[in-house]
Amino acid sequence: MILFFLCFILFMVGLYGIIMQRNLIKIIIGLAIMEYSVLFFLILIGYIDSATAPIISESFEEALFVDPLPQAMVLTAIVIGLATKALMLSVAIRLYKEYGTFDIRKMNTLKG
Amino acid sequence: MSNDNQTPEGMTIVVKKICQFMAPTIFLFGIYITVHGHLTPGGGFTGGVIMASAFILQILSYGSFLDKLQQEKWHLELTESLALLCFLMLAVLGLLLATTSVFFGNFLHRGSFGELISGGIIPIGNIFVGIEVCAAISSIFVALLIFKDKEA
Amino acid sequence: MSTLIPLYIIVPLGTAFITVFFAKWLPGLGKYLINLALLFLTGLTIYLVIHEPQTMIYRVGGFTDVANIPIAIFLMIDGLTKILLLIISLVGLFVAFYSIKYTKQYTCEGNFYTLFGLMLAGMYGVVIAGDIFNLYVFLEIASISSYALVAFGIEKQQLEATFKYQILGGVSSLIILTGIGFLYWATGTLNMPDIATQLPKHDTFNIFVSVLLISGFGLKAAMFPFHSWLPDAHSSAPSPISAMLSGVLIKAIGIYVIIRLFFNVFSLSYEIAMTITVLGTLSMIIGVLLAVGQWDFKRLLAYHSISQMGYVFLGIGIGMLILSTGGDGKIAALSILGGLFHLMNHSIFKALLFLNAGSVEYRTGTRNLRKMGGLASRMPITSATSFIASMSISGIPPFNGFFSKIIIIIAAIQARYYLLSFFAVIVSIITLASFSKVLKYAFAGKTHEKHNEIKEVPVSMSISMTALALLCLLMSLLIIPSIREVFLTPAINVLLETSQYSVSAIGI
Repeated sequence: MILFFLCFILFMVGLYGIIMQRNLIKIIIGLAIMEYSVLFFLILIGYIDSATAPIISESFEEALFVDPLPQAMVLTAIVIGLATKALMLSVAIRLYKEYGTFDIRKMNTLKG
Repeated sequence: MSNDNQTPEGMTIVVKKICQFMAPTIFLFGIYITVHGHLTPGGGFTGGVIMASAFILQILSYGSFLDKLQQEKWHLELTESLALLCFLMLAVLGLLLATTSVFFGNFLHRGSFGELISGGIIPIGNIFVGIEVCAAISSIFVALLIFKDKEA
Repeated sequence: MSTLIPLYIIVPLGTAFITVFFAKWLPGLGKYLINLALLFLTGLTIYLVIHEPQTMIYRVGGFTDVANIPIAIFLMIDGLTKILLLIISLVGLFVAFYSIKYTKQYTCEGNFYTLFGLMLAGMYGVVIAGDIFNLYVFLEIASISSYALVAFGIEKQQLEATFKYQILGGVSSLIILTGIGFLYWATGTLNMPDIATQLPKHDTFNIFVSVLLISGFGLKAAMFPFHSWLPDAHSSAPSPISAMLSGVLIKAIGIYVIIRLFFNVFSLSYEIAMTITVLGTLSMIIGVLLAVGQWDFKRLLAYHSISQMGYVFLGIGIGMLILSTGGDGKIAALSILGGLFHLMNHSIFKALLFLNAGSVEYRTGTRNLRKMGGLASRMPITSATSFIASMSISGIPPFNGFFSKIIIIIAAIQARYYLLSFFAVIVSIITLASFSKVLKYAFAGKTHEKHNEIKEVPVSMSISMTALALLCLLMSLLIIPSIREVFLTPAINVLLETSQYSVSAIGI
């Protein structure tokens, strides 16, 4: 249970980063932290105490193993996260080139 | 990085030598992870990332010229799209062949459990994904590097 | 016939990859290939709508169910899916045709069509996926390519808009993923028909997951409290992409998923129905109030998107309210008909309006309404089609917007939600006012001196606009009962008989 609570705290840390930080890179880091908390949560769903990894072996029939489906989901989510973050960082670099700063308060061409 | 010298600067000789030893090993490990994807944890994506890290290590330690990077990026994009097309073709082949006639159908012989050559199309798909991910991550890295070099 | 279902994913993905591969040798290949692909998919969709009335199910990889537990990834096409497939294909086709000339201004034309193909594959995937995690993956494919497409011109504004869009989109994706995690925790399955049968009946859990999913998909659909990214992203993007985003994307990855989840997967509940109705009404009112003061052509259209999406949510929400309280099924059917019909109509006329704005920007180089004027004599086709679209969005007969709005209003009155029907009428009037402003400042009056030299847009662009304008008129025919039975009635039946979804898929 405490692990779920820690996950939630991590989620909130990420959300704090997104909402309160003014630096583009720090906002992206906040989003990354948030993503990892969700991934931890997914792993925890499939976790069973004192179980083995879901690899088929000789003692497979008796062994209690953790749910492999959330792990597959997490791998897919990591791939998606990679694509999102690569795109986000390249946009951040472009924005730095345009404005000469990473501060979002200086970027205000869009209003209304 | 991009100077008028014949060779790019890169890092010190220590780093270069160690990378020379490490990069092939890392690359080999990536290949191992990729081809054993259907037997052990890992697979196309994990192996591809490891292979790409060997590539990135080389560029970081030895440095590179801008025009060379641009050519490299074009090759990487070509490899990436070719691998993706092959993966799609593999899935469509399952649809077209009469034995399975279903999208992602496993039309190859399954083999016996636990051996390297088993599982039908799954290891083949893993290999295509591995190549694709390796090329994609390297090309992301190269693209960001080109952007940085153009700035300087 | 269900063998054809994977084509909706294979064709756009194949087009995208082939375009990248041949980008260096055949730079113009992508634009023609994607038009051919969309033409084929449109034909396929119309064929399926007319000849395949039942629900079609496809098990990827050929894994059959074990003891009624579905193992394979499901691809499903039913009535509701078909109307979404139809609008994605139709709007996509005309937008791709429009882009042939429009994208000449960009240096990497090939990449545009690759991303376009990926976005299409993502949207088709979301709509036909019968598995909630695959739905999430396709949603991310569509979202990531749309982030990249919004920033395609690499201008200051576009980059800023795309960053905002990415952060909010990323947060919404994570909320959705958390919701999917909870669903898997409670049911032990990811297959949506199976989740519907396995879902526990305790209300607190269902409401908690529903809140997560409504906030996640509501953010993607730009529902009222989550709308702030939409005006930036949709107004800064290249115009064909604005048309795709406003016309199709927010429907396919936002509204469609909300409708599917809360009608077919979760059991109908009064609280959720009330939330959707109230948020829909609020987005309807606030969207139009914010739109009135805008002077940027595309920004004004983007705010109207929020408002018109409110109509769709209102229609669906009233239907859901009636169904969940056990009211008259006929009124619920009428209300849902209005919502779905408005969804289809909005995608046509909003795409057309964004293409018009794009044409005006293509020739005059400005989006500011104050700097236009008298374009009617210079650009007759653009002006005529935008007149049709404006009349359609403001609900003037005989254009399609009138019929869907009047159905929603009649349904609201019959269900005794007088206040909601009043709001719907008022918003429609304000919409009319707002679009008369557009027509007056952009197209009527004296021609600006700077604009004396401009000509009508190239042929491919004007053909697309004319075709969409004709569709604005033709869509009105969907109200005729015999045509309605083919297109809209199957979709309404999917939503009315909520448990039929899992029965047809896994037989429970």
